Formats: sequence, C-alpha cells, structure tokens
Amino acid sequence: MKKGTRAALLLGAVPFVMLVFALPIANREHPVVLGLPFLLFWILAWVALTPAVLYAAYRLEKKHNPPDRGDGGEGGDGSEGS
Amino acid sequence: MSAALLIIAVVVVGASALGVLAGRRVPMNLENWTVGGRRFGVVFMWLLMAGEIYTTFTFLGASGWAYSKGAPSFYVIIYGTLAYTLSFFILPAVWRAGKRHGLHTQPDFFIKRYGSRALGVLVALIGVVSIVPYLQLQLTGLGFIVEVASDRAVSSTAAIVVAFVLTCLFVFTSGIRGAAWVSIVKDILMIAAVAVVGIGVPIACFGSIGTMFKLLMERMPGYLAFPGGTAELGVGWVMSTCLLTGAGFYMWPHVFGSAFSAKSAETIKRNAIIMPFYQIPILLVFFVGFAALLVLPGLANGDTAFLALVQKQYPPWFLGFVGAAGALTAMVPASVLVLFASTLIAKNIYRTAFAPSAGEDRVIRLSRIMVFVIMVLALVSTFFLRRELVYLLIFGYDGVSQFFPGVVLGLFWKRATKQAVAAGILVGVGVVVALIVSGRDPFLGVNAGFVGLLANALVTVGLSLAAKSAASSGEWT
Repeated sequence: MKKGTRAALLLGAVPFVMLVFALPIANREHPVVLGLPFLLFWILAWVALTPAVLYAAYRLEKKHNPPDRGDGGEGGDGSEGS
Repeated sequence: MSAALLIIAVVVVGASALGVLAGRRVPMNLENWTVGGRRFGVVFMWLLMAGEIYTTFTFLGASGWAYSKGAPSFYVIIYGTLAYTLSFFILPAVWRAGKRHGLHTQPDFFIKRYGSRALGVLVALIGVVSIVPYLQLQLTGLGFIVEVASDRAVSSTAAIVVAFVLTCLFVFTSGIRGAAWVSIVKDILMIAAVAVVGIGVPIACFGSIGTMFKLLMERMPGYLAFPGGTAELGVGWVMSTCLLTGAGFYMWPHVFGSAFSAKSAETIKRNAIIMPFYQIPILLVFFVGFAALLVLPGLANGDTAFLALVQKQYPPWFLGFVGAAGALTAMVPASVLVLFASTLIAKNIYRTAFAPSAGEDRVIRLSRIMVFVIMVLALVSTFFLRRELVYLLIFGYDGVSQFFPGVVLGLFWKRATKQAVAAGILVGVGVVVALIVSGRDPFLGVNAGFVGLLANALVTVGLSLAAKSAASSGEWT
C-alpha cells in the first residue's frame, strides 16, 4: 500500500471513531453547547468536520500518488490504465 | 379548487413535464437510460445524489422519529456521513471498473469481477426485493402528504395513482436524466420547506432553538440521549445501525449505479468531500419533530408530526407548498428506484439467466415495460400492506448491505472467490430473515442486519482463504 493511501485511510477512520465508537462517551444531554444538547452538538460537529478530514485525505493522496492518465486524479491501485 | 391543491397540481405537473423534456433528443440506449452517458459532472452528480438521498423518509420518517423516539433518530444524520466517507475510498475504484468494462448496474459488477452469472442473478434478485418496499414507502408517504396537504380534497389513493402515472411518464421518456432534472425543482422546494418550518416554528413559539431544547430537556429528561423515548434503541443499537446503514447506503442498486454516471473518478472524490453538508437539512427536520413534540404533544402517529405542525402554524397555501415539495420528494426517489429495478430485471435477470443472446434493443424495451410492471406491484402492495415508514427502510437496508463484503473485497482483495461471496450473501440474508421473523431485532441490543453483515463477512473471508489458489482473473486487475 502506498504511503499516501495509508495516510488517507487513517484520516478516513476519523469519522468512524468519532461518530460511532465515541458515542458511548458522548451520549449525554449536558453540558449544553451553542444551545444544543451535548450529544447532538457532538454529532453535528463531527459531521461538519468530515469534509475537512476528507479534503486533507484528498490532498495527501494527490501529493503522494500522482494521478493516472485518463481518470483524473486516481493513483491508488497501481494499475496500467485503460 | 383550493389554493393548496392548485399549488400542488401546478408544481407536480410542471416538474414532471421538465422531466419528460429532459430526455428529448437523447437516443435511448442502455448507456443513457441508466448512467446518463457517463457524463455527469459535479453539479449533476450533486443533483442526482440529493435526488436519491432526500426521500419522503426525510420528510416524515425523520421528523416522526425525532417526535416519537428522540435521540435514536440522530442515527439518520450519522450514517450518511459514514457512507460518504466510505464512498471516497470505494467509489472511484467502482467507477474505474465500470468505465473499463462498460458496466451499467451492480450485478454487472459482480458478474464481471467474479466471472459468475449466477452470482449476478442472485444480486439482482436481492436488489429488486429490497427496492420494492422502499418504493412502496415512497408511494405511501406521497399519498399521505397530498391527502393532508390538500385538506382531503384529494384522497391518498387518487394522489398515488396520479403520481404513479407522472413518474412512469418521465422515467419512460428520459431515464436517469429525467430524475436528475425533476430533482432540481424538488431540492429547492424541499430545502425551503424544511428551513422555513424547522427554523421558523422554534423561533415563533419559543424565541430560539436553544430555548426549545432547554424546554425539552426540562420536560422530558433523557429524551435527547440514547435510548431516548424507547426501551430497546440504546447506544449499541445506534452504533450497529450506523455501521450497517453506512456500509449499506452505496450498496443500494440505484446509489451504486450513480457511481457509473460520474464523468471521472475525480468527480466522485470531490463529491464525497462536500456530501456531509447534505446532512444539514436533516437537522432542520429534527427541529420540526422536536418543535411538534412541544406544540402538539400526544399525536397517535409520529409520522404525522411535520404536516400537523404546518397545518397548525401556517396558512393553507403554505401547506400546499409543503405538500408539493413532499410529493416530489417521493416521486424523484421512486423514479430512480423503479428505473434501476426494471433494468436489473431486464438486464441481469432476464438476459443473464434466460436469454444471453438478447440484444440491447430488446433489453431496453423490456426495461421500459418493467417500469410499469414494478410500479403496479408497488402500488398494489401500498394499498394492501401498510407499515410504519422507517421500519420498511431498515428491512431494505438489511438486504442490500449484504453486498458490502463482495464489493469491497472484490475491489481490493484478489483472493475473494465467487463461491465465498455467494455463500456470504446467502448466510447474511438468512441470519437477517431468521432474526427478524423470530422477533429478535434488535438482537442483544445490536441491529439484526449488522449481525447478518458480520456473519456474511466472516463466511466470505473464511471461504476465500480456504480456497486453494487466488482465482481472480488477470483481465480484471
């Protein structure tokens, strides 16, 4: 697995950790943040941060794996192109 | 004719006409019918995805769950985000396979990757069986919305029949392009409706959204943390359901197929990055459900909360506007569902299993006829089998999620074999059906579909490892 792909996959794990595996800890109504119960605030915050995380993954992949010809920006599979 | 009814009629007929016109001057072959000629850029992909994601469930089911169950409804906002994250990693590879091998449907992918027509037919069958209840859900929701919004001037049955005719018409003439164009009207109306109600009512009734939540937490402590107003939907259920539906989202035949419509792998990646913002309107829908809980407590059916709140707080013409938005929110997903179900039947059941020599003309003609057949099937089951909205959706998810190991391992693991994938899918579906039929969903606090998915993944990996050699064809990689 290429370096960029591994880093991108690690970033991709972030939403799963925060929005699934951290739920038992975030499962509470207090404290209230920005007028929202804590659980809802936590979920919204990570939903809103996910595009930033994915964008970082996108930049990393692009930097480490230069795009193939023909499909505009994909280099993770080491294929010969079509 | 009342103002509300007039608005509904004008919007629904106008949008359908737009859908019919979308297919003008496009020769109808399989490439244009299912994947829009593989030419959709970021904007059209956005429209198509929004068309598929915001269904009547967003309108009625999510507000209904917020109303009647509280926090467990939050799973809706989580699983989409997980699905988009997965799509960033998986869909570009699906797209490349589609481009290289000229694939149109999900079973095409299985047939090509695993070199097994039988596996393709199995996937197509499970796909169609999962789609029909989802389609029925759209029709039930539509009938209900129009009946209430027109103040009973139009019966639910009449509304469903009219919508059925219009939807068939624009699918029949324009294929996937029709759905994307009608989706433009639908998204604008829907987002306007949920923004006006979701922000307007809390401010008008309580002063602010923060005050609304403060009141809720005072009156119903614990309602906004899992398991909310339920006994069985605790944090384990939410976690397993999010993982299941997050994995299953892109396994719906119509959503999987949308990957083939993109212009490039790059388009798909960029789209995945911005997709989590799609979840914001769902938050507003939750606000609607929570506001209704304070303003109109004690409704017998939570699914009625959205419309009951609009009826109480707004003039009749606005109810018509919401009704029109709601009707389109059912028609667009219905059109995509019926299009893919009909293509699966024509291409991957009829041709793959019974007539491998059938030409493209024959497949496309049969697809177009099947549009009507499937809609009639859904229509009949809508009139005779009604259930609470969200459960139907979960049943469908349990089925299509079982494709996940076969797709992901097929893309990234050469050793995955057709026998292992077929056995995995059958075991997964078997476990789900057994648990649901015996009343064990959730099973030990975990979503039954997730239990099935785990069993499926174990079987698929285990049998693949047990196979003597890597059986993957050189042609694929």
